[in-house]
Amino acid sequence: MSNTERKNELNRRQFLGNMLRTACGVGLVGLGLGLYAQRASSLPAQVIRPPGALPEDDFLGACIRCGLCVRDCPYDILFLGEVGEEVPTGTPYFIARTGPCEMCEDIPCVKACPTNALDHSLSEIEDSHMGLAVVVDQESCIAFHGLRCEVCFNICPIRGRAITLDMQHNTRSGKHALFIPVVHSAACTGCGLCERACILEQAAIKVFPTHLAKGELGRHYRLGWKEKAEAGKSLVTPDAEHHYNLPQGVHYDLQGEGLIIDGESSETPFSGNPLDTLNSGFMEKPQ
Amino acid sequence: MIDTTRLGRDAIETKGWLMAHRFLILRRLSQFGILALFLSGPLLGIWIVKGNLASSLTLEILPLTDPHVLLQAMLSGVVPETTALIGVAIVLLFYFLVGGRVFCSWVCPVNIITDLASWLRRKLGLRASSQLSRDTRYWMLGLTLLLPLVAAGGIVWELVNPVSMMFRGIVFGIGAGWLVIAGVFLFDLLVAKDGWCGHLCPVGAFYNLLGRKSLVRVNAVNRNACNDCMECYVVCPEPQVIKPALKGNKEHKSPVILSSDCTNCGRCIDICAKHVFSYGGRHAFEATASTTEDEFHRGART
Repeated sequence: MSNTERKNELNRRQFLGNMLRTACGVGLVGLGLGLYAQRASSLPAQVIRPPGALPEDDFLGACIRCGLCVRDCPYDILFLGEVGEEVPTGTPYFIARTGPCEMCEDIPCVKACPTNALDHSLSEIEDSHMGLAVVVDQESCIAFHGLRCEVCFNICPIRGRAITLDMQHNTRSGKHALFIPVVHSAACTGCGLCERACILEQAAIKVFPTHLAKGELGRHYRLGWKEKAEAGKSLVTPDAEHHYNLPQGVHYDLQGEGLIIDGESSETPFSGNPLDTLNSGFMEKPQ
Repeated sequence: MIDTTRLGRDAIETKGWLMAHRFLILRRLSQFGILALFLSGPLLGIWIVKGNLASSLTLEILPLTDPHVLLQAMLSGVVPETTALIGVAIVLLFYFLVGGRVFCSWVCPVNIITDLASWLRRKLGLRASSQLSRDTRYWMLGLTLLLPLVAAGGIVWELVNPVSMMFRGIVFGIGAGWLVIAGVFLFDLLVAKDGWCGHLCPVGAFYNLLGRKSLVRVNAVNRNACNDCMECYVVCPEPQVIKPALKGNKEHKSPVILSSDCTNCGRCIDICAKHVFSYGGRHAFEATASTTEDEFHRGART
């Protein structure tokens, strides 16, 4: 092997060695970043994205952290996540309790977004689903104590649809009604006006990201009465009639009558109504 | 080794302090001026530019969007709005013409920090520096473009990118981001000379590739006057770009600094007492080559 060949060989080795070293270092940085990103991509429950925000995973890929939505919000409720906060760095959010979305009809924040991280196909603010309001604490909500409040119901910008009042009997007083606020997920935009308006020290109604707030039925699940109403008839085979293997002249009633012996008077010595028995003494004088 | 404490004395003596710091001052004015344009809205209520370097809207009409960050977003599957595409086109065209890394030296706020680290290094006489390949930045660039494709969490790089973090932080609130900036400063000061901007930063690497064929370049037009004081090499953040242009005389190489590593910062122009460097066009070579040859022949004749 000549000298120059050996030198070339060494250079090639050095070159490959250096390249591997760099690639390895950068690979480790990448691994760290990837793991950090995974941890950093989980949002705290009280952090709500602006209207039209894509599902969180897509949003983090689409949002370029420019803050134009923050600037165009006329109510200045939006903030960008700062380093050290639990919100992914630079992404926009609002906190319902301190600054809820005022539901502008022209949705300026969405219009400002250059990347469709806030989806421009959202044209009606009432169609947005920023989160979902939940009456999280029935113990402190004063409506459950039978007191009149209904502030969340009245402040709701989609009044009467997103939150309704469910009238229930007040068993404590025995003569009043409870006006229970009930949130309907199909109409609720998650604007958070109800959470800010809640009169308690800590709001009993709170807005959460929808995936935290919403349950989901098993997909196989069918509600019989709804299916029946939809089809116009029962979709299940009617129950087979019960047949009891009893002696002749004897029947059995499943609905409460019990054993019935034909020909025997159905009248019992005592009526089903206890008042009849009590009154009978007065009505019929003993012979 | 040259005396770094005496750096620039000759230039100040021959040209005066102002001319010896001309482009440094202009760059700082540019960097702080751009920040001021973004800050006048939130601080004074005078809205000139909204947003930040990732995407902005000037006077409600001119969109500008950072191509590196939008590329990452597009790789994670987003279809941007037209305004973003127009904004990107303007930015691409601008840096394609004036030199990609003009972003680094005239716009990027981190440059102020790393320049400070570099200056302190010279003042304190810190010479120790880790051996990092200058190509590491291209690997980093590859990484930033790979992560949106494979990792959860979308544009992963933007979670930690000191460049966007610092600018956005100043305009919108930085939180603990100062720690990251301090990290970059200490890394440049104690670990590697020009470590961040010259070796690792993928944003710089992106603009570097963008400026491959840029028209505005620094030229060593007057290279025959060079007295080998070496001060340009000391102040230059990418000193490897100087030699081919400055010392290419014998091989009749172009006096134009052709490497896109060059940030067009103009410190070499400032620091040189012999007026060797100046800004010029990429194709100034044809003209200057003939003049240097004329000078050469004239020299031979006399």
